Amino acid sequence: MTSQPTAMARILSLALTAFIMMIAAVSFPFLTLDAGGLHNATSVIDAVLAFNDGLAIPLAVAVAFFIMVIPLIRLAALIYALGPLVREAPARPGARKAFGLAERLRPWSMAEIFIVGVTVALIKVAGLAAVTIGPAFWAFAGVVIITVLKDQLICRYSIWEALDQSAG
Amino acid sequence: MQVFDLGSTGPVSGLITAREAGLVACQRCGQVHKRDAHYCKRCEGALQSRDAESLQKVWAWLIAGMIAYIPANLYPMLLTSTLVERSESTIIGGVWELIHHGSIGIAIIVFVASVMIPIGKFVAIIYLAVTVQQRSGTHQHGRHKAYEIVEFIGRWSMIDVFVVAILSALVQLNTIATINPGIAAVSFALSVIFTMLSAQSFDARLIWDADRTAG
Repeated sequence: MTSQPTAMARILSLALTAFIMMIAAVSFPFLTLDAGGLHNATSVIDAVLAFNDGLAIPLAVAVAFFIMVIPLIRLAALIYALGPLVREAPARPGARKAFGLAERLRPWSMAEIFIVGVTVALIKVAGLAAVTIGPAFWAFAGVVIITVLKDQLICRYSIWEALDQSAG
Repeated sequence: MQVFDLGSTGPVSGLITAREAGLVACQRCGQVHKRDAHYCKRCEGALQSRDAESLQKVWAWLIAGMIAYIPANLYPMLLTSTLVERSESTIIGGVWELIHHGSIGIAIIVFVASVMIPIGKFVAIIYLAVTVQQRSGTHQHGRHKAYEIVEFIGRWSMIDVFVVAILSALVQLNTIATINPGIAAVSFALSVIFTMLSAQSFDARLIWDADRTAG
């Protein structure tokens, strides 16, 4: 068992790490394809923009939320709510709302599903062309692993209690 | 703290619900309040002892999800064009292609995520909703497990939508080969979102209530 202050500090540091890595995962090239002298580099944003015509535009928005926006909102809300608790300072205004939001958005955060989808896609094109894995792919995979570790450390009832006690 | 035996079927003697104690528990943070409270003091979420419209919402989202699943299977997911040919592949077609390429493992992942999980989810939600409506008190524990599994696994169906997204973004080599998303990707994503909302509208506390009125 991890003691509560240690667990809080760990959750916070993992959330900060995941947040920074997520920004890297969105900015750098994700995958590069080479075939017959042609070259195409893809970022996570390009994957979202794949659904860019007509009826599919709402899907582009949904995919953007599932794989980037919602994971980032969850991490930001958690950092906002738990930050002062680790320093034993009074909770920030709206800290409980932020933590409630992070908990409610959990099923809609689909970064881990995206990375499995990418693996399937890689195997589908492997025979067709040479695919190079870019730095963003590793950053994204890192975000997924860190998020799993972080969610395992979260005991929502202890956090609610800690938020209650430090309410200013 | 007293620990209750959650593994047994049928009513556990001495176990009372918040409702019977004249209280209402917040579904989001677990805080209990007096029955007349409408908002949780802790997380500011809306409180409802039992969601009376729960089953209506469950059925509505479920039917929407099942309707969206039909075009998702009939229309193409991927439009592939190469120098020599243009082809369209549906969900099942994509699985066949993977089998022909010899990637049996990946074919199984795609088949499970795009066919077995959605259909299993429809069946599980129908079973839960029907047994709650009939106020059946049997297999209570099994039904709570089924509910948890449905909630946890449903989102994994999105895999195929993400496969389409990454393939369409990656394979854009002018004349040599391009892949574009088909309309089925949109209806498939809608089907997954609708069934997730259906599972989330289900008030799992109704499973316990059914048992109490039944015996």
